[in-house]
Amino acid sequence: MDLNYTDDQRAFRDEIRAFLKEKLPARLSAKVAAGKRLTKADYEEWHAILNARGWLGVTWPEKYGGTGWDAVSRNIFEEEITAANAPRIIPFGLNMLGPVLMAFGSEAQKAHYLPRILSGEDWWCQGYSEPGAGSDLANVQTSAVRNGDHYVVNGQKTWTTLGQYADKIFCLVRTSKESKPQQGISFLLIDMNTPGIEVRPIVLIDGEPEVNEVWFTDVWVPVENLVGEENKGWTYAKYLLTHERTNIAGVGFARAGLASLKRIAGEQAHNGRPLIENPYFAAKVAQVEIDLMAMDTTNLRTIAAAAAGQAPGAESSMLKVKGTVIRQQINALARQAVGPYAAPFVSEALDEGSNVEHAGPAYAMPVTQTYFNNRKLSIYGGSNEVQRQIISKTILEL
Amino acid sequence: MNFQLTEERQMLQDGLRRFLAGSVTHESIIAATESPAGFDTTLWDGLVEMGLPGAMFSEDQGGFGGAGFDIMVVFEELGRAGAPTPLIETSLLAGSVFGTPHQKLIDEIIGGRVFAFAHGEPTSRYDLSHVQTRAEKTAEGWHLSGAKAVVHHASAADALVVSARTGGGMTDRAGISLFLVPVDQVRLRDYPLNGGGRAAEVSFDCILPETAKIGEAGQALSMIETADARACAAQCAEALGMMETIKTLTIDYLRQRRQFGQPIGKFQALQHRMADVVIEIEQARSAVINLCGNLDGPGRDLHVSAAKNLIGRVARLVVEESIQMHGGIGMTQEYALGHFAKRLTMVDHRFGDTDFHLERFIRLAVA
Repeated sequence: MDLNYTDDQRAFRDEIRAFLKEKLPARLSAKVAAGKRLTKADYEEWHAILNARGWLGVTWPEKYGGTGWDAVSRNIFEEEITAANAPRIIPFGLNMLGPVLMAFGSEAQKAHYLPRILSGEDWWCQGYSEPGAGSDLANVQTSAVRNGDHYVVNGQKTWTTLGQYADKIFCLVRTSKESKPQQGISFLLIDMNTPGIEVRPIVLIDGEPEVNEVWFTDVWVPVENLVGEENKGWTYAKYLLTHERTNIAGVGFARAGLASLKRIAGEQAHNGRPLIENPYFAAKVAQVEIDLMAMDTTNLRTIAAAAAGQAPGAESSMLKVKGTVIRQQINALARQAVGPYAAPFVSEALDEGSNVEHAGPAYAMPVTQTYFNNRKLSIYGGSNEVQRQIISKTILEL
Repeated sequence: MNFQLTEERQMLQDGLRRFLAGSVTHESIIAATESPAGFDTTLWDGLVEMGLPGAMFSEDQGGFGGAGFDIMVVFEELGRAGAPTPLIETSLLAGSVFGTPHQKLIDEIIGGRVFAFAHGEPTSRYDLSHVQTRAEKTAEGWHLSGAKAVVHHASAADALVVSARTGGGMTDRAGISLFLVPVDQVRLRDYPLNGGGRAAEVSFDCILPETAKIGEAGQALSMIETADARACAAQCAEALGMMETIKTLTIDYLRQRRQFGQPIGKFQALQHRMADVVIEIEQARSAVINLCGNLDGPGRDLHVSAAKNLIGRVARLVVEESIQMHGGIGMTQEYALGHFAKRLTMVDHRFGDTDFHLERFIRLAVA
């Protein structure tokens, strides 16, 4: 056992810190730190900076323009960029579609799409969930019927995160109803500008249109946009989900949240003393910090096993459950910390450059929105109930 | 022992439930909470017409209730319907500090006049004795200066009840006085709230006539504590009503939503969690009963803190579990759960949160 990083790993961390200090625009980190609303242009700006340094495709091998980093290096990078309040890397093209194309896409698809993901020419979104197929993805109903050298797609996708920004969507579609539900699914790439596609925003309880419904009415998609083989999409979907679940523990986000929580609780006064000194509140902060310290190590144990070539199994489910619950607890404590100023909802104040004044201290402004938005953490990516089911089946063999 | 409502209260409950069922819809709630008033003014007029503010006052005061269980019956129904009204601010906060010399103001409340209650300050958190706003006696009258925070329904009220120091240090019990301040004498910056409705940051620099003072100078804190206890009871009962609605929505959803070939309510993992939610809501009901039955007794504050702590904990459980069991649909603004979930969450941010009341309960239980 050795809990310390190697000299090389420490040097790598220093290199990332130096890069962030020099290249992460203060305007962007200030927005992230203050919980302000990020625009598409903000994400694109940050992606371009990372891409220029060759650090955008962090899960990609070097032959496709990625970093070729192992799991430990990726984790160090993740920790540093979240600690520095960099905008998050939007995962749809980079962490979800990219690996699927590399594993199952045609040479033409790889050559066309992978560089465009890195360059930002294509912004992808995910067309997995449907109203009747959330965590039960095998139940997708959106149909793709072959007609000559096209598929004609009809149906509805939902919970499409940032779909309003996307030019392209990768979809699970039903190409056969004949056999088991898992067997008639295909993996299709669709241009969002194709006639017959309509994107409708869904406003979430935090007041933001982060997700969308995407409707397909007789959408003609060229057959060369099929990834891999027809009716084998379930295999690719599962492969994608294991990639979606990388960094699912969210240790970096939890750490940033905990640091912000402590800052808030240090500034809020309670009986003439900082709230963080109040034993009732301090006990709860301490408990979640203790949980986070242990989860950090659970995460590193999983990463080390992965770096040693062991495929992560139910460990990713454990990290998803524990990691999301810890982040939600931190969000709830931050909400509690701001007291009566958790109530105001001055939406316009979340926009950069807005002259609208928030109510109460600036740090109070986004905490309730974050709390409500992050209720999603235990729902998306396979709900925590589904993760527990996986643990019961694969580890407990029940 | 008898946990049945009296016949009069049963009639009040039935009548109010019927009236609200006929006049409050999800759409009307959203429209009202997003309106400049921040509450449903048409509904409010209807409730005033049926005499509802009178249920918060005794017969001596011209009302027909005023006891803890009247508050419980009324607010549980308002919470169940999700009805946005200024009844807490008007009838319980302002109404509880207007004593016999101000019977005229109580009559106006029963007649539908809306007051706001401006007591909390930007750094007071939940401490009732923390008052920095000052009122100084001058030749022209009381000079009021200072600022108040998150004053609910301030812009919809035509007058505010404002606490200010006429003596003593920042957190002394003595030296706090109350004033009735017309809304055109103050500066308001109003904004919407999570869970709907509006509040404002209010600041003062005005001269008030001697007659603006409510009650005896310097002695207002115990009146404010009484008002706060009554408002707490109302808010806890309202929370209970909201929990009942969320429970119904969630059970319906568990029965109707299908995943993996069956209704999700068939999954034991969800059944057990829903069972826990139901158990905790019954605990919340008992805590509200304890508080409302002790609202005028010597154990009042202990029961306020017990109820407010328990309701805060149960509210969080109910909100988080109901959203989780709904999945994505529970995250959406459009679906009714969202409004109730946000309002129920905000209950912990008024009149003291779970920790505040845990600490106070320990102090009171030891004493």
